[in-house]
Amino acid sequence: MEIVLSTAIGILTASGVWLLLRPRTFQVIIGLCLLSYAVNIFIFSMGRLTPGAPPIMPKGGFINPAAYADPLPQALVLTAIVISFATTALFLVVMIASRGVTGTDHVDGKERDE
Amino acid sequence: MIEQNLILILIGLPFIAALITASLSVNSHTAAAWVSGLSMAGALAVLMALHDRIVTGEVLRVTIPWVPSIGMNLTFRLDGFSWLFVALVLAIAILVVIYASYYLSRSDPVPRFYSFLMAFTGAMVGMLISGNILMLVVFWELTSVISFLLIGYWHQGQAARDGARMALIVTAAGGVCLLFAMLVLGQIVGSYDLDRVLAAGDLVRGHRLYPLVLGLFLLGAFTKSAQFPFHFWLPGAMAAPTPVSAFLHSATMVKAGVFLLVRFFPVLGGTELWFYAVTGTGMATLLLGAMIALFRHDLKGLLAYSTISHLGLITALAGIGSEGAILAAIFHIMNHAVFKASLFMAAGIIDHETGTRDMRRLSGLIRFMPVTGTLAIVASAAMAGVPLLNGFLSKEMFFAEAVDWHNGTWLDDAMPYLATISSIFAVAYSLRFIHTVFFGPAPVDLPREPHEPSAWMRRPVELLVLVCLVVGILPALTLGPALNLAARAVLGPDLPYYDIAIWHGFNTPMIMSLLALAGGTVLYLVFAARIAEGPEGPPLLHRIRAQKIFERMLLALSWKWPRALHKLTGTERLQPQLTIIVVLAIVLTTATLWQTVQITDRPRSNPFNIAFALMWVVGAACAIGAAWQAKYHRFAAMMLLGGAGLVTCLTFAWASAPDLAVTQLLVEIVTTALLLLGLRWLPKRREEIADDKLLPARMRRMRDLGIAAIAGLGMAFLAYIIMTRPLIPNVGDWFLRNAYYEGGGTNVVNVILVDFRAFDTFGEITVLCIVGLTVFALLRRFRPASESRSSPDQQKDIHAANLRDYLVVPSVIMRWMFPVMIVISAYFFMRGHDLPGGGFSAGVTLAIAFLLQYMGHSVRWVEARLTVLPIRWMGVGLLIAGATGVGAFAFGYPFLTAHAQYVSVPLIGKVPAATAMLFDTGVFALVVGATVLMLIAIAHQSLRSARLREQEASEAAAEAASGPTEREAV
Repeated sequence: MEIVLSTAIGILTASGVWLLLRPRTFQVIIGLCLLSYAVNIFIFSMGRLTPGAPPIMPKGGFINPAAYADPLPQALVLTAIVISFATTALFLVVMIASRGVTGTDHVDGKERDE
Repeated sequence: MIEQNLILILIGLPFIAALITASLSVNSHTAAAWVSGLSMAGALAVLMALHDRIVTGEVLRVTIPWVPSIGMNLTFRLDGFSWLFVALVLAIAILVVIYASYYLSRSDPVPRFYSFLMAFTGAMVGMLISGNILMLVVFWELTSVISFLLIGYWHQGQAARDGARMALIVTAAGGVCLLFAMLVLGQIVGSYDLDRVLAAGDLVRGHRLYPLVLGLFLLGAFTKSAQFPFHFWLPGAMAAPTPVSAFLHSATMVKAGVFLLVRFFPVLGGTELWFYAVTGTGMATLLLGAMIALFRHDLKGLLAYSTISHLGLITALAGIGSEGAILAAIFHIMNHAVFKASLFMAAGIIDHETGTRDMRRLSGLIRFMPVTGTLAIVASAAMAGVPLLNGFLSKEMFFAEAVDWHNGTWLDDAMPYLATISSIFAVAYSLRFIHTVFFGPAPVDLPREPHEPSAWMRRPVELLVLVCLVVGILPALTLGPALNLAARAVLGPDLPYYDIAIWHGFNTPMIMSLLALAGGTVLYLVFAARIAEGPEGPPLLHRIRAQKIFERMLLALSWKWPRALHKLTGTERLQPQLTIIVVLAIVLTTATLWQTVQITDRPRSNPFNIAFALMWVVGAACAIGAAWQAKYHRFAAMMLLGGAGLVTCLTFAWASAPDLAVTQLLVEIVTTALLLLGLRWLPKRREEIADDKLLPARMRRMRDLGIAAIAGLGMAFLAYIIMTRPLIPNVGDWFLRNAYYEGGGTNVVNVILVDFRAFDTFGEITVLCIVGLTVFALLRRFRPASESRSSPDQQKDIHAANLRDYLVVPSVIMRWMFPVMIVISAYFFMRGHDLPGGGFSAGVTLAIAFLLQYMGHSVRWVEARLTVLPIRWMGVGLLIAGATGVGAFAFGYPFLTAHAQYVSVPLIGKVPAATAMLFDTGVFALVVGATVLMLIAIAHQSLRSARLREQEASEAAAEAASGPTEREAV
């Protein structure tokens, strides 16, 4: 199963990086979103894959940590999701504003041949 | 003990006076002068009180620990040499204060002037009596900085600003060199204490770093003392008010360099290298300064170059370094300060009373100001080295050293001739100063009618000229003992007593003096007319202006070269920058991980799941499709992006992370809505961009594809390596064990977020808050591109009636969903601590509820019925979260310590009631506010541009002055 998920991370990263290097602002935004998926799953996978583990603990009693998913990467990723949402929103607005100011949607603020 | 306190008073008084004068009102001229003058007099009195101890050859010290860990103490040390120098500084300071109070005009901000002047005096005294070589550099730089402020005192003038800047750059750069020299010196000696450094001469001279130390040290000293080729800043500094020129740029600050040369002669001096560097530079400066001075038409310019020349003389003496030479150097420091200060003051009087300093316009002033004229003549005679005046004595001593001292080098052989030649020029320029200004026909066409200045403006000059005479006639009785004391402080107590006499017989120095006097007179008489008509500088040499070279260098260094370098190595274009960042990230990660990662023998793995694999086939297809379509088919790309996001969300759910799945799903919805709103403002792209088919574009794409493939492969490889390794026990286990007992919740992820690591979350929501506000601020001044301004095509060919029923069924459903979603949001929030959910997902849910209303109805419809104040939501949220954190202080715990407990609520049952819940409320409110703010801000743009269109249309209609029927149609 690990091989599937790591391939998925690779494909998301490759698509994201490819778009990141493109000239149009919208491409870069989509690229950042894809890249953030990849990074989030990557961080999440640092806690290894534990399908079928109970996400919620019983109230009290002894806890065997091995029976549960590692909560730390999850907490980190939860924060990361929020932050990537914020950056996407910010970049979107910068994109709109720069389009209004420069008259182009090229990331350089001007077309290549200008 | 009393001496130590006196030393502290000595150094503190000027600074205190600076503070007092700085806080005086801008019009209190007299008060500022009195405060300054009295504090100077007080400091001088303190100094005199210390004389009894100094005279026995004792060195007074006081140490205040400052940064003991690096050997940095505030150590002050007063010996005969620094005593004499401080006395000179303070005495001249008093005279300058008196002079300045008459010189400065009523409209100048006089207290500021005195404040700078006092601060300068303090810095100068501090430099002179520093017992720590690092502290010496600090005071040294302080004098440079205050000199900058004083030169730029009349900062309205371009010349003052340029001169100040140039002086600062040159002297401060020298100061940096000096700092390095002192640091290396301190390392060699093993201490920064001046006494230990002075005692370690042999060690330093034998060290392999000696040439480096000497070079840096001399750069510092030469820049400060305006030695060739750094002399050019001093004439530029003449833009300062004349009292400043008299005080800083002739009598004291420029002497700091030669002070240092003399002070450190026992450490660094006595080698051939020292002789060549110091005496060579000194002689070159002496000669050049004297030559250029003769050709200057500006009174202060002449005096400035004469100062440079005399500083060269002192430097040359310090380079020789014999006992007599050191004594002569100290003697000339004193003498030059006295006669040059008086000359500067006289020049200032002339400038003040006639309105010009140009010697070609001045003439015959002795008729109008006989007293000032006489004083200036005596002072000039001292400058020229006429017998019975103080300048003559030290000059004779210099000649004697030039003739008598030998070390067999060519420079040594040439010295008597060079000295005589420069002396001839000195006589000539002194003569020119006197002759053109005070003799000849009465001046015509002066800006002001010349007359004698007020008596007190002249008093300082009178006193200084009197000193010239007294010292010149009775040297042994006046300065003799103090000079010997100073020389002993420098060279050691074994120095025999030197008797300074005015008559040594008819010897070689005497012949040289007479030769200089005669030669100078002849030179001036022959060339006077031609000099007055010529340019400001010696023939040929005046074309080489050091100042111009400096400015050109400054321009190149601070503007042209950095620009060129930036152009060469940097780019303003974002696309290449992103490429560089990505490539760098790949390279650095590879370099870090190279040969450190390996696949484990017994990989951990989960059984293959066909559904999961198929799901990711779809996910990968979505990602690649989004990448492929993002340029020309934005909407399609966005939907594909959503597909990839959904698969991600399902992956979280599959791998036992329901919290992440919920959050991802909600964020996915909001992101899509945001992007949809943004799409509207992007340019249409229906036809292919022509360049895309060309070879360069293809090459770029191939390159980027390669980079992307490498990045993807790397990430996949890394992820696989780590996922297959066994999980080592980590801090996550601690969270699992303690979440319930310590945090009072069974949803560990939520407990971590709102309790264990609440501070991180606090930072995170602050970021969200900032982003929301930034989005809001950016969009307030948003101007859409012209082509996006008209209403969208979809809205154009539709009748108003059709528009009304647009989306009518969905909008009704959305309206009904509103309360339902509020309940869902509340549910998410309440269960968060124990079950998947929490403040964040609840907040986003509520935001989506608002968003649906905006989507289903027009903005105006919603806002007529519903008032959302997102900024207030955000503010309240941040306050609640912060207050919860601060609340922990009240119970004596650190910031954001949480308390957990279950309470029974009727009908609902037991609910967790932790302070973390309160914190979560803050998170909730802030997330609602920020998300809604961003969405609404973007959504409002359509409204604004619609309003703009209406406004333009109505304006156009009004301009056409059409009838009411047409206006209704609009």
